Amino acid sequence: MTAIPTHARPHAAPGATTLAVTARVLRQLRHDPRTIVLLLVVPSLLLGLMDALWTGQPQVFDRVGLVMLAIFPFVVMFLVTSIAMLRERTSGTLERLLTTPLPRPALLLGYGAGFGLAAAVQAAVTTAVGFGLLGLETAGPLGWVVLIAMVDAVLGVALGLLCSAFARSEFQAVQFMPVVVLPQVFLCGLLVPREQMAGWLQAISDVLPLTYAVDALQEVGSSSAATGRMGLDLAVVAGGALLALVLAAATLRRRTS
Amino acid sequence: MDAAVTVTDLVVDRGRRRVLHGLSFAVPPGQVTGLLGPSGSGKSTLLRALVGVQVVRSGEVTVLGEPAGSTPLRSRVGYVTQAPSVYADLTVRENARFFAALYGVGAAAADRAVADVGLDDAAGQLVRDLSGGQMGRASLACALLAAPEVLVLDEPTVGLDPLLRVELWNQFHALAATGTTLLVSSHVMDEAGRCDRLLLLREGRLLADSTPAELRVRTGTDDLEEAFLRVVREQRTGVRA
Repeated sequence: MTAIPTHARPHAAPGATTLAVTARVLRQLRHDPRTIVLLLVVPSLLLGLMDALWTGQPQVFDRVGLVMLAIFPFVVMFLVTSIAMLRERTSGTLERLLTTPLPRPALLLGYGAGFGLAAAVQAAVTTAVGFGLLGLETAGPLGWVVLIAMVDAVLGVALGLLCSAFARSEFQAVQFMPVVVLPQVFLCGLLVPREQMAGWLQAISDVLPLTYAVDALQEVGSSSAATGRMGLDLAVVAGGALLALVLAAATLRRRTS
Repeated sequence: MDAAVTVTDLVVDRGRRRVLHGLSFAVPPGQVTGLLGPSGSGKSTLLRALVGVQVVRSGEVTVLGEPAGSTPLRSRVGYVTQAPSVYADLTVRENARFFAALYGVGAAAADRAVADVGLDDAAGQLVRDLSGGQMGRASLACALLAAPEVLVLDEPTVGLDPLLRVELWNQFHALAATGTTLLVSSHVMDEAGRCDRLLLLREGRLLADSTPAELRVRTGTDDLEEAFLRVVREQRTGVRA
């Protein structure tokens, strides 16, 4: 193996490193079939439980079940990503990656794409079970339900990547779930309609990205065609995910003490 | 020929503790330089500074004429951490191909590196099913595949059986013969004799920077372990005087 002069050194094409990370994340999942089953089956089972809970009140299940299609992938992807990134940190692979030509944004985008893809499959399965088996009903197009759930999952991935930067152990990483995720679930308008919240709670709700995902799904629930509001909501969620990714890249330090 | 690595007045603090106390040395190119010292002497911290992942308080670290850790260096410097830093839930081949993709060198280079470290037969096995020594070699393969000009190895021979250790050292010298600069840390003094040059580190201070032969002459003993002890004593009396 001879040393290659600098000018002749091969370089990965732009985007190729992001793809490599995405492929690796998916390969790691493939070697972990139990996690795949959990990812795909658990949200459907929980949805089934809710269906049983509101047997006599299908209109409640239609309202809550629909919103759950956004909340499940958000929560699950947040947890999976923050643990995956923490493992990367504690196993030394992150330190190693930071000495390779892989740019930090490519690492985070690669993660986002990999888990986002997994989330898309999860959202499709849960939506299919909800509408196909459990009799969930909605006025709007199903494609939008899956799309919203997917973008929401990417938001979960991005927040998970961001939070894992502040966690030094698995214990801490898991604690970030109630800190980051639960307030968004409480204030998204599912438990109490947003109009009935105190002004300051509404103000907080206004800046939490999950609120917009839930609002978009409620739009799908009540209107038969795609509306501008759905698009706008979706853009806000995507913007939130992007912002979280940028912040994650900024907080991912190459040099540590 | 210019030094491959130049360190000037390097000071590193971790928490409130000073880990490296103003180190200065140069590593010649195309040689195997051993970084020897007991556990806790600052070896890993020094190597982390060389690859640019360590927060440095003051001083300068230059690798191949560029500041340590700068973008152009990342495809020219290979780094193998002390704990095997490969993905346990991927096979050896998948690990190597992933790192090959990051360096843009292709799958063939990855497979060649896996064969070079003697893991051909285990290429399809998940890393978590390998022995500790095999994991270390899988980790090494992921650095070799990019054919780096400078290879920084943190205790690569820990836990290996003697035969494998000899093989690995032969491989290091073969790489050096092709022009690669290797910096290898170890806390086992019997590995010192296998290096072209030695850096002896103790409590964050450099005790010696010489060839093994020079060290033997200076301390008047053939046993490098004993030589290390004599250098430590020498330094103590020097401090007292």
